Amino acid sequence: MTAPAAPPRTPPAQRDWSWRSRHVRGLLYQLIALVIIGLAIWFLAHNTLTNMRVRGIQSGFDFLSSPAGFDIGERLVPYESNDPYWMAFLIGILNTLRVAIVGIVLTTILGTLLGIGRFSHNALVRGLCYAYVELFRNIPVLLQLLMWYLFLIQALPMAGEPKSIFGLFYLGAGGLAYPVPVWGLGQALAAGGALVGVGLAFLWARKARLHFEQTGQVRPVLLPSLGLVIGCALAGWLAGGAPTAWNVPKPGGFSMEGGSSLTPEFIAVLLGLTLYTASYVAEVVRAGIASVPRGQGEAASALGLSKGQQMRLVSLPQALRVIIPPMTNQFLNLTKNSSLAVAIGYPDVISISNTAINQTGRAVECISIIMLVYLTTSLGTSALMNWYNKRAAIKER
Amino acid sequence: MNAASFTPIAPREAPVRTEGAGPWLKRNLFGNVPSTVATLILIGLAVWWLPQLASWGLVKAVFAPSSEECQAARGIGACWGVVTEKYRLIMFGRYPFEEQWRPLFATLAMVTVLVASCVRVFWKPWLGLLWAAMLALFFGLMFGGFAGMAYVPTDRWGGLPLTVLLATLSIVLAFPLAVVVALGRRSNMPAIKTICVLYVELIRGVPLISVLFMASFMFPLFMPPGTSIDVLLRVLVGITLFSGAYMAEIVRGGLQAIPKGQQEAADTLGLSYWQAQRKVILPQALAMVVPGIMNNFIAIFKDTSLVTIVSLYELTGSMGLALDSDTDWRPFKIEGYFFIAAIYFLFCF
Repeated sequence: MTAPAAPPRTPPAQRDWSWRSRHVRGLLYQLIALVIIGLAIWFLAHNTLTNMRVRGIQSGFDFLSSPAGFDIGERLVPYESNDPYWMAFLIGILNTLRVAIVGIVLTTILGTLLGIGRFSHNALVRGLCYAYVELFRNIPVLLQLLMWYLFLIQALPMAGEPKSIFGLFYLGAGGLAYPVPVWGLGQALAAGGALVGVGLAFLWARKARLHFEQTGQVRPVLLPSLGLVIGCALAGWLAGGAPTAWNVPKPGGFSMEGGSSLTPEFIAVLLGLTLYTASYVAEVVRAGIASVPRGQGEAASALGLSKGQQMRLVSLPQALRVIIPPMTNQFLNLTKNSSLAVAIGYPDVISISNTAINQTGRAVECISIIMLVYLTTSLGTSALMNWYNKRAAIKER
Repeated sequence: MNAASFTPIAPREAPVRTEGAGPWLKRNLFGNVPSTVATLILIGLAVWWLPQLASWGLVKAVFAPSSEECQAARGIGACWGVVTEKYRLIMFGRYPFEEQWRPLFATLAMVTVLVASCVRVFWKPWLGLLWAAMLALFFGLMFGGFAGMAYVPTDRWGGLPLTVLLATLSIVLAFPLAVVVALGRRSNMPAIKTICVLYVELIRGVPLISVLFMASFMFPLFMPPGTSIDVLLRVLVGITLFSGAYMAEIVRGGLQAIPKGQQEAADTLGLSYWQAQRKVILPQALAMVVPGIMNNFIAIFKDTSLVTIVSLYELTGSMGLALDSDTDWRPFKIEGYFFIAAIYFLFCF
């Protein structure tokens, strides 16, 4: 028998256009800020245009289609020195992405191992992980890159006398040469088969989850998924005639012939970035594990979960929530730090832009390209990680 | 009285000793089988590696600054002679040789004030004055041009003073910028908020080196024709803008940690926006973000090594400069790198 609540009285809309109104002052401040920023941009743009006219610098992105005229030692797609600039930039971007992606994978593995190592029962392992983190975290990454590069250059055998490992891998002045399978119908079918296998495994995992939610019975997921992927790939390979041809590198006169190779620059960048970032990732992982209260593990074992189940079902999901956001930062840092590769001559996007600036003088355009590339990668990575983070976060209602 | 014979029960065994070296070793090194295996492997590696390292770094190493001896010892011993020979060039870059006491004192002054600022006892109003005095002293010593000291232009500055200068000054200058941007990002005025968000996200999305490239290639174009700015100043502006964006996020974290009630209480008391920020919010927020800012300082200290790419010779650059020009010593660059790595480590740790 409550009386119907009186409708809340809305305050009278305040629209008095006087100086005393917070609203009006806010608008004014914003207007002033916009005008100042606009004037600053106009001033800079005006100066830039005048300067360019005075110095006779041409502008515009038309140079991208003219021949680059320089060679790039390391490329994932075919490239000749008279190919246009945009091809050169593409190769630079691919090189950046390659080192960043491989680096992120390796860093995650190494950093996680080190982070877990800080909780080892063994004092030596603990101490070693601690020493590693402190040592690598406190030396600039650029310096580490330079040191690794120098070390590799000095440690690698001279040109012309590469060192062979089982006759398949060769260490030489050109880096590490390794055999690659000859690409053919069989390999294409195998790759296709693997893709199909991934799809099937995904479907199986979903079905298993539904089954679990309906009946409470756990079905194995990992092994059947692996089996599906490998089985489908194998089927594709057999269907393609089971080719076994490998392109094995052979020492030629000055350089290696055949196969594929990792240059010393690439190895140095990868080593430096991975070892440096791993020390940060180790701390992130350590913080994540430390954030899970001890009682959680004890409660899980009281419920009769095995050690592995405890880790997988109780501790890890909680630790991941703490780990993912700073981990994203570290991945972004690694990607951004890969720009330091320019210092040791790895042809990443910065190095290509630097050459392009020196050849064409179009600093504004080239730097815009650099910024665009890194912004896209950064925003893309953080969007991906945010999506993953949302999945791992606490489901609040 | 039945005199049952009194038989004392057997004494309880002494508790297992958990203190001392023996149990510690047992628990921490040989707790279970995997742990024991790991210990043995690590000790084995140490026994194998450490003597080699010691022989390379100490026993067979050459300390005398003679390149012939170093050449002879190549491959079996380190050549620390390169450090004894070149340390002045590495530390101070191309600063005139006879005048190098000036950067030395300037750096010492700056480091002293920096360390003093970390101690809470010194957080008094006169700390600002001290900073001003120190900066005046630093630039006075570095530039010279009075009291019988020769004028030294900035393009001859180098080495450690430059590293310390860039790191310190960029943090000090970025701080007010960061506070303003952090407040702006939390403001409820859409235009101001957008500007701040754009600035922070743009800068944080690109690597420092592209900001430095911009500073060295594009800033000259930005300025009115006829004016030219010093490279050092351009790079300083670049690093300041860069660290400002990162620091703004740190400060924003501190602002977010302040309970909303604080702002509401300040409003109730009738404080204006700026009064509330200055007297209520910022003092609490800034005290909270001091560790974050220290982290940022360390990161920037390491990042100053990047200016070597835009040809300013700070520690890393002057190291390359010192050895590249000298064919006798070039093979021993790695020892030089170890030397400056040790300097960086000392500062950051």
